[in-house]
Amino acid sequence: MRGFDYVAKRIAFALVTVFVAITLNFVLFRTLSGDAVSALRCRQCTKEFKEYQREQLGLDQSKWEQYKIYLSDLAHGDLGRSLRSEAPVTQELWPPLKNTMPMVALGTLFSIVFGVLAGVISAWRRGTWADKSTLWTGLSFYSMPPQWLGLLMVLFVAGALGLPTAGIKDPTLGILGDASTWEVFVDRMRHMILPALTLGLVLYGEYAIVVRSSMLETLGEDYVLTARAKGLSNWATVWKHGLRNALLPIITLVALSLGFIIGGSITIEYVFSYPGIGLLVVEAIDQRDYPVLQGAFLLLTFSVIFANLIADLLYFKLDPRVST
Amino acid sequence: VSAAVQGAAAAEGVDVSTGRRPGLVRQAVFGEPQALIGIAIVVMFVLIAVVSPFVLHGDPKAKVGPIFQPPSIDHLLGLDGGGADMLRLLIAGTRVSLLVGFAAALVSALIGGLVGILSGFYGGRTDTVLMRITDYFLVIPDIPLMIVVAALFGRSLTNIILIIGVIYWTSTARLIRAQVKSVRERVYVKRARALGAGNRRLIFKHILPQVMPLLIANTVLLVAYAIFAETFITFLGLGDPSVISWGRLIENAFTDDAILNDAWWAIVPPGVCVTLVVLGSTMFGQSLEDALNPRLKVGHLSVRRFRMRPLRGQLDAE
Repeated sequence: MRGFDYVAKRIAFALVTVFVAITLNFVLFRTLSGDAVSALRCRQCTKEFKEYQREQLGLDQSKWEQYKIYLSDLAHGDLGRSLRSEAPVTQELWPPLKNTMPMVALGTLFSIVFGVLAGVISAWRRGTWADKSTLWTGLSFYSMPPQWLGLLMVLFVAGALGLPTAGIKDPTLGILGDASTWEVFVDRMRHMILPALTLGLVLYGEYAIVVRSSMLETLGEDYVLTARAKGLSNWATVWKHGLRNALLPIITLVALSLGFIIGGSITIEYVFSYPGIGLLVVEAIDQRDYPVLQGAFLLLTFSVIFANLIADLLYFKLDPRVST
Repeated sequence: VSAAVQGAAAAEGVDVSTGRRPGLVRQAVFGEPQALIGIAIVVMFVLIAVVSPFVLHGDPKAKVGPIFQPPSIDHLLGLDGGGADMLRLLIAGTRVSLLVGFAAALVSALIGGLVGILSGFYGGRTDTVLMRITDYFLVIPDIPLMIVVAALFGRSLTNIILIIGVIYWTSTARLIRAQVKSVRERVYVKRARALGAGNRRLIFKHILPQVMPLLIANTVLLVAYAIFAETFITFLGLGDPSVISWGRLIENAFTDDAILNDAWWAIVPPGVCVTLVVLGSTMFGQSLEDALNPRLKVGHLSVRRFRMRPLRGQLDAE
């Protein structure tokens, strides 16, 4: 049962990592940062309000007690309350999360499409001018700070394509009678395209490199040679015999790069004022709303740990030679 | 070592017993146009950073004309949202960005190098504990962690350098550990040990010189990540307010509404500089790394930034 061993090991690792992340989160926010309440930036807050907040957070107790309360709250799905809106953090996280997910998914889709296209062209035309320029374009995009690329998008692309550059929906939509589902959908897509495109461009270089090298590997295999010998066209050889096998590493790579995707989407959302997790993080930083920042950080960390676990398991499934 | 690998290595002029090639670094740097271009870019920016205080007088933030004035003969890159000369700001920013890049890279090279050497050299329980810690930190997403720590610890340049440095050491540690483990098993190290050399002597005399080039190559790569990370932290308003860096210029362009003013000259140049340096040091660092250790195996979790040539076996679990 070597397979079972592997799966159990990976799951155990993920669980321990979750615990490490939770503890790190506690250490960062409760012991190193001093007092969250006095750091809160809020002009209207009275002294009494702050005292009340301190009590609510249990800041008057010992660190060890705080840690135990923190763990048990977390186990009950309680991430505390936002210092500025008084709403539970979980409630604050949910709507932005719903906005972020489709945007990040669309961005990842863009990056996979660009990456596969660029990688296949590069591998097919290996060593030529087309190979080099395709690869270097991808690498240049990869080296750009995402927020800067976002600004360029607003500056040069948005106008040309007539796309909105901020927010998530057109404020005038639905004023004159109810908007149909289709209209709402189109409006959402229009607002999502630029941030997603930015994310896709920033990411695709990495995928292009991997597709290229695994294509080169598969194109050298005997069965590809056989396919050619059978008289299959170039196109059919590349698609049917090369790409299908070359795509395996991409699947795990996408899961693995989720950490970077999430990082990139924070500043991209800020540039496009797209009300997702990234914008929430920026606002929480701005107002020193630590519980929200803490909750968002946990959410992001958990999703990356989870994605890593999925990547490990998928990779095992695809290539059972993996052992430890 | 399989016969095939030995044959291939012999064909490339590698001495199989030590894995070293004659003039390897020189060959890596001057043999490949990619490395040469990379070096040229990095050296150019370093020169700008070093020479600028002698050429650039006065405060670069000083207002010299109307805000967002387009490029002219007097001000080649125009003026920014505060009416300051963009070219001067850019040059001043080069110093800070490179300082952050090199200093943070140094911090993570020190931590990563130390952890890697201890872990690889002593093996056993030390190795297990250190690598466990490394693995946990590898999985926690770096950018959000950096943002959170930066938000909690105040906005000084030193803090930013430390934060970036302390967060990016993990992949270095893994890389160095792998190299140390292979060096440790080489004949001359074993012989030195048999002759009675102590651990400290072995590390400083035999291991370190073998690992150093790789550590340096990795540091060059880290410079790129660090410069990139600085723009990120600064963009979220967590940068040091008293200094000008490329990251700050991008942030300024955004917060001063350069877009509404159609002031492309305030937006485009700082990003171009970041992209060039990141690309340059990656090209250079990677050719160096590849040349020094063509069969490098890094844990697959360190897929963090791109590699131009994916390492062989990169996706294999170690």
